[in-house]
Amino acid sequence: MKRSSLIRDLQGAIGRRWVLHAPEDLLVYEYDATIDRGLPEAVVLPDDAEGVASAVCIASNHGVPVTARGAGTGLSGGAIPCEGGVVIVTTRMNRILELDPENRIAVVEPGVINLDISRSTAPYGLYYAPDPSSQKACSIGGNVAENAGGPHCLRYGTTTNHVLGLEIVTADGVVVWLGGKTADTPGYDLTGVVVGSEGTLAIVTKVIVRLLHKPEATVTLLAIFDTVTQASRVVSSIIGKGMVPAALEMMDKNTMDAVEPFVHAGYPPDAGAVLLIEVEGLKEDAQEQADAVASICRELEAREIRIGLSQEDRDRLWAGRKGALGALGRLAPSYYILDGVIPRTRLPTVLDGVYEACDRFGFRVANVFHAGDGNLHPNVMFDERVQGATKKVLDLGEEIMRLCVDAGGSITGEHGVGYEKRNYMSWIFSPDDLEVMSRLKAAFGASEIFNPGKVFPTSKGCGEVSSRMRAAIARVGADAFV
Amino acid sequence: MGKQPAFTKRFAPSEADLAQCVRCGLCLQHCPTYVATGLEAESPRGRLYLIKAMSEGLIEPTVNVTGHMDRCLQCRNCEAVCPSGVPYGRIMEHGRAHVLHTGRAPFAWRLRALFLREVIARPGRLALLASALRVYRASGLRALAERTPMLRDRVALAPTIAGKEFKRRGVLARPKGATKYRVALLTGCIMPLAYGRVHAATVRVLARNGCEVIAPATQVCCGALHGHNGDLPTAIELARRNIDAFLAEDFDAVIVNSAGCGSAIKEYGQLLAEDGEYLDRARLLASRVRDVTEFLASLPFEPPKRLLDARVTYQDSCHLGHAQRITRAPREIIASIPGVRFIELPHGDRCCGSAGVYGLTQGDMSLRLLDEKMRYIRETGADVIATANPGCMTQLEAGLRRHGVNGRVVHVIELLDESYRRATAHV
Ligand SMILES: Cc1cc2nc3c(=O)[nH]c(=O)nc-3n(C[C@H](O)[C@H](O)[C@H](O)COP(=O)(O)OP(=O)(O)OC[C@H]3O[C@@H](n4cnc5c(N)ncnc54)[C@H](O)[C@@H]3O)c2cc1C
Ligand code: SF4
Ligand code: SF4
Repeated sequence: MKRSSLIRDLQGAIGRRWVLHAPEDLLVYEYDATIDRGLPEAVVLPDDAEGVASAVCIASNHGVPVTARGAGTGLSGGAIPCEGGVVIVTTRMNRILELDPENRIAVVEPGVINLDISRSTAPYGLYYAPDPSSQKACSIGGNVAENAGGPHCLRYGTTTNHVLGLEIVTADGVVVWLGGKTADTPGYDLTGVVVGSEGTLAIVTKVIVRLLHKPEATVTLLAIFDTVTQASRVVSSIIGKGMVPAALEMMDKNTMDAVEPFVHAGYPPDAGAVLLIEVEGLKEDAQEQADAVASICRELEAREIRIGLSQEDRDRLWAGRKGALGALGRLAPSYYILDGVIPRTRLPTVLDGVYEACDRFGFRVANVFHAGDGNLHPNVMFDERVQGATKKVLDLGEEIMRLCVDAGGSITGEHGVGYEKRNYMSWIFSPDDLEVMSRLKAAFGASEIFNPGKVFPTSKGCGEVSSRMRAAIARVGADAFV
Repeated sequence: MGKQPAFTKRFAPSEADLAQCVRCGLCLQHCPTYVATGLEAESPRGRLYLIKAMSEGLIEPTVNVTGHMDRCLQCRNCEAVCPSGVPYGRIMEHGRAHVLHTGRAPFAWRLRALFLREVIARPGRLALLASALRVYRASGLRALAERTPMLRDRVALAPTIAGKEFKRRGVLARPKGATKYRVALLTGCIMPLAYGRVHAATVRVLARNGCEVIAPATQVCCGALHGHNGDLPTAIELARRNIDAFLAEDFDAVIVNSAGCGSAIKEYGQLLAEDGEYLDRARLLASRVRDVTEFLASLPFEPPKRLLDARVTYQDSCHLGHAQRITRAPREIIASIPGVRFIELPHGDRCCGSAGVYGLTQGDMSLRLLDEKMRYIRETGADVIATANPGCMTQLEAGLRRHGVNGRVVHVIELLDESYRRATAHV
């Protein structure tokens, strides 16, 4: 049997304990944080780059694809093995290998959790700036692959601005270094190419990250508005005046309804929208910025502005913001989270369009997003157990993505293209554009093996392999494999 | 098709509960078994997915699946941090109940259920077992076994029984001055045998704070361990008897000093959700239950005045911190004691590995968590480790012995009692 020899080879290389093949064990790798599914044929948990390299070689010899997986918090189906094959999980590669406070860099393994970097560098007054809302759960490898952003990326830039070098395993199982410990290395910027490549070019096995000094002062404001439109105008105005707050986040009423029972942070029950704004810098500077922001909010009819919040209040507000997605589970059994970018001046009109479309389709929507970046996250709530609901939601999602693109925006701000949005790629790229991209994939020798079915438009569905496997499980019973 | 779903309907986790998980993954790093193994199937999200697949009939309760369910500590850390409000504890209990009721449960599960039903829930037999364990310790057999390299890991977590048993029922104490509250005390099954001294301290502290304390004679074991292990019928039966016992009089509060029991009784309303006869009273009883620290902090309690010279750290008992979400009250009590230097325990909210009978069924993982816990405890340099549940106390005591750490393990309430008693002794 083909699959059993694949598994035997993997066991030989990685050790029996760290090769999963029983159907029940595989089942929990068929999902990430999205609504797609796809079952792998085997899952391996190597301990180092060498283990990753041998898994890649073995998969390649058996002609099956390889999909990397960090924490599985991805929101575009990136870690789902659409076409089966081997999933390489990085959770055991979670060591911080080197911490160099003087040069403000750290060398970490890909399975290290984003927040753990900041935790362990805190004693030196340093932190890792990109802070996706999932930062207490997601891996740095996943961040690199998705070029993850976060609330504070408005001021500091996304993952790509904070990664100096990468150790990767290529499609032919070779371990190489890209970039290095300094900001500029000669030659092509291959680090920049791999960041954001969604696991389609290489498997990342080490990451050199840049660390920042903690700002001297941070001021947090919560501005409360009657309508989303009012809040949107404030965003446009702040950005229009050339100000760069550290974070500028919007939450609408539906989001607050989900979040407040979870965090009790004092999000107002009857407001249409809030902006959670943070400014940073030297003490006087931060205060000045905060005053300027507050006066804009006042001018544009904020109902209330909370400023001078205690650390505890701030922590709660942020816990609410960062737990917002999960909290939506309180309002509906499933949600479909969209990720689009629009020019910030178009916020009011596009948001109106989003609410209108959701109304028309008959779904409740919650908007919680990085407003300062114009990075929308409409979350459509539905029940995937209702027949036809998933398809309807996907259609709605497509319409919303259209709205973004028509407004001069794009189909993803930070969650990546993955499986979900690959077919929208042709809306913004010409066939020639896509051809150049796929040549890059070929140049990495990764055309077939790494994460097939992602990023590039195709017609094959993700569920195909998965449903074959599910049928097999149902037919022969759970312990039948290997 | 054609295959029977693995679950029978009656005890299956509800579809609504299962649908609550949106797979965001925000719970992952809070799960001790996921952090220890890196395996999705040992994570809250993974276990929920497996239970869901099982209830849909997609997979069977194979040894593999029941193993993943077994390694769950039921510490409910995941539940406390889940933004979506997934009732993880309830889902796992019903998941286990179902496996038991299909008749396909592994032998070990059935044996465990039998032991819990026929020994733990039966005071006479439990006392017999306790005597045996008392002898095991007093005779020096335990010390010998723990020093024997081959046995060291295997016996490290065997329960310990020492000190005086707490046998009293009826009126336990009256306040010196006016009676402000009439409260009932849940004596429970393990606490009076293993830590009679904690009950004694609890009674003294309550009396000092104006309580008449009564232990209703007809009360029984709360059924928490039975519920956790999926024996819901026994849990329900015990719950009904306790409802009768504690509602026979109108107490101002029912005080519990064992976090696991407190959380179980607070959830009687859920356990008896389909019990037309008892449901209303189950809710009434639940509404009266207070953990002893919670009750005292709400009074507020009489501030202790006498010095207690100690470095104290606090291990959150999972069923106090995560299940009942009480984290401040015990810290307030500790901090109120003059002379105490309180040091927060890093990862103090992470399970110590005790988890009911877990130490016995999952020794390896339990020891691993304990060893890690001891490392952090050492870091604090504390000589007193306070906690709020008998299981945690036993586990941490085992940790001290195993790691040769000098110090003692106490229930939070004992510290307050010590300070009070010094005050009276010295004034
Ligand atoms: C509640 C919630 C909030 C979120 N908030 C944000 C946010 O604010 N900003 C944001 O950008 N994202 C956000 N996300 C999305 C997600 O957390 C990020 O995309 C994150 O980077 C994924 O990391 P992961 O470890 O979970 O990766 P996974 O989901 O496991 O994988 C994601 C992708 O990375 C690839 N990959 C993983 N490891 C490697 C590796 N070592 N080498 C090569 N490829 C690899 C996978 O193949 C896959 O394509 C959020 C998600 C949730 C659930
Ligand atoms: S249990 Fe809660 S926190 Fe964990 S994945 Fe499910 S919804 Fe998210
Ligand atoms: S109850 Fe504890 S051990 Fe079980 S899944 Fe939740 S966090 Fe993990």
